[in-house]
Amino acid sequence: MDLFLNAIVSGVLLGAFYAAVAVGLAITFGQLDIVNIAHPAFVVVGSYITWILNSRFGLDPVLVGVLAAPVFFFVGALLYRIYYAAFERTGQESLSGLAFFFGVMFIVEVILILVYGVDYRLVSAGYLGENLDIGFIGLPLRLFVPFVVASAMTAAVWLYLSRTFTGRAILAVAQDRLALQLMGADPVKIKQFAFGLAIATTAIAGSLLIMIGPVEPSLGRVYIGRAFAIVVLGGMGSIPGMVIAALLLGVTESFVSSFAGPSWAPAVAFGVLLLTLAVRPSGLFGRA
Amino acid sequence: MVNRRSFARAFAAAGALAFAAGALVPAAAHAQKPLKIGFSMALTGGLAGAGKAALIAMEIWREDINKKGGLLGRQVEFVYYDDATQPAKVPPIYSKLIDVDKVDLVVSSYGTNEIAPAMPIVMRKKLVFPSLFGLAVNDEFKYNRYFQIMPAGPEPKVDWSRGYFELAMEQNPKPKTVAIVAADAEFPINAATGARKNAQAKGLKIVYDKTYPPATTDFTPIVRAIEATSPDIVYVASYPPDSVGMVKAANEVGLKAKMFGGGMVGLQFAAIQKNLGPLLNNVVNYDFWVPEPTLKFPGVNEFLAKYRVAAKDKGVDPFGHYLPPFAYAYLQVLEQSVNAVKSLDQDKLAQHMHKTTFQTVVGEVKFGSNGEWARSRVLFVQFRDVQKDNLDQFAGPGKRIVLYPKNWKSGDIVYPYRK
Repeated sequence: MDLFLNAIVSGVLLGAFYAAVAVGLAITFGQLDIVNIAHPAFVVVGSYITWILNSRFGLDPVLVGVLAAPVFFFVGALLYRIYYAAFERTGQESLSGLAFFFGVMFIVEVILILVYGVDYRLVSAGYLGENLDIGFIGLPLRLFVPFVVASAMTAAVWLYLSRTFTGRAILAVAQDRLALQLMGADPVKIKQFAFGLAIATTAIAGSLLIMIGPVEPSLGRVYIGRAFAIVVLGGMGSIPGMVIAALLLGVTESFVSSFAGPSWAPAVAFGVLLLTLAVRPSGLFGRA
Repeated sequence: MVNRRSFARAFAAAGALAFAAGALVPAAAHAQKPLKIGFSMALTGGLAGAGKAALIAMEIWREDINKKGGLLGRQVEFVYYDDATQPAKVPPIYSKLIDVDKVDLVVSSYGTNEIAPAMPIVMRKKLVFPSLFGLAVNDEFKYNRYFQIMPAGPEPKVDWSRGYFELAMEQNPKPKTVAIVAADAEFPINAATGARKNAQAKGLKIVYDKTYPPATTDFTPIVRAIEATSPDIVYVASYPPDSVGMVKAANEVGLKAKMFGGGMVGLQFAAIQKNLGPLLNNVVNYDFWVPEPTLKFPGVNEFLAKYRVAAKDKGVDPFGHYLPPFAYAYLQVLEQSVNAVKSLDQDKLAQHMHKTTFQTVVGEVKFGSNGEWARSRVLFVQFRDVQKDNLDQFAGPGKRIVLYPKNWKSGDIVYPYRK
């Protein structure tokens, strides 16, 4: 029973972190149809910024993530401008755009290697080694703090997209670009803002990543498959769907690790993904 | 006054001189032609941390040898390419090194997965192949010119964990059960295979024996599943990020095993040691060289002093205890062999390497018939009195006590792991 409940709790903590990594991709890939394969690379950049400010000035990792988010927003907006001018405007966004983001990913990795080397980087904070024990359920703060921050960030993004004018405009640009244009809004500016917002989330996700474990420049590649799978399973752009998909993936991985054997975890998790898509081709919360 | 005849004579003399000089220059250049050593190295990708540190050590050797006048009177030059930690890139790199760059000697990249793909190319050309940290690569190839500098021993898979199990069985009461967990990758699976054999040979009951995928983020479910089987000892074969996850999860879950560790790669690196700090205390893990008084081999401290200067601000391990001395030593083996046989004849070099005991910065090196060390020197060290957030504590002795083998022992085990 202990193992069963702890497996669920661990899975939920892990799933919330996966949601933090995938929420930005749910906007870019799910809603804007931009295959930003470099998304996890920006998460790693977020981790490096957290490491620099934590090791040099002792700043709290979460605080660094929040402080870096606005800077990431502007970087994202600028990146979208380049992407728009080079590919989207000329209608070459599908294949050339994918190649562009592949290139961005490699450039980001190489810059990190050249500037900071290839050693593993970690952060320290007083609470990271602590454990919160509630009955027989153990909550390592190394995973619980990322869970709280990830949940807050994902909820904030969801509320923003569903309750504010700009948020709804982002959803609208995904559905019908022409209609939005007829309403007097500039779809390019809306998409630029949305892309900036998506990249801003990677700053916080990066700070969470380095709290959980050590980071090196190419670590982002590990999360490409997972993040895209979560977005697809969630229903391409639905934030609640993405959260449920992330939790499903986290809990499945944790369960299989606890009861069957960890090497089965990805196979079972992605098997669940395939089964779900077979039953609901548009994903959990997708528009049919 | 210069007349036509004297001008013609002077012109002819100048021409002859120029011709002679032209003939002499290539001859002189030939004598000075550098001796090229070729290799691939993981300078980007997952193993780049170790690959870059190895390259720094190799460059120190090159500087040292060139100051001494080079090899066979020729200055030594490296020709190397980044294999990006991708085994598929290794065979074309060695083909190019041998056929296009025409290197005189080859040595290996770092790691099992990068050494194995080079073997067929090197074997076809019958070259001696000093290799850097591959586990049991030659078990399959059985190549008689392969020489492994990692001191795993004649039976690499079993020797790798033998000390861990021998230490465990010396304790009172003797442990009865073991959990074995390994990453789903070639090296950890080889290590786990050896651990299984050792456990069975010692009569230990294996209560948990599973692998996990290398991209695992959270290790607490794995450690909880291990804890649920209540093993007396736990043997872990893991790569650096997983090792960190495992140690943290073991502390968070409160793993009650009496011995924990074994084959965790990464716990030898200063950055990880600093971050894990006191969580490492009493973990027993493999190592190859630590700054304990029993392991002060001639030249090792001088080498490490040079390494520390060269490694500064390069984003690699600042102390370089784990891999760099061996990256220096495998070139010392090559150097001593070339100097002894006074040629680059691959057959003579191989014969010399088989029969000689080499004096290197990692101590005496003697290869067995399969190219592994004739006697294993896999150390098992125990982390002790590790303080929080202190990198410098790992520079000197006292933090990683050598428990095994007895010849190099610097202290006694603290058992059980968690009191």
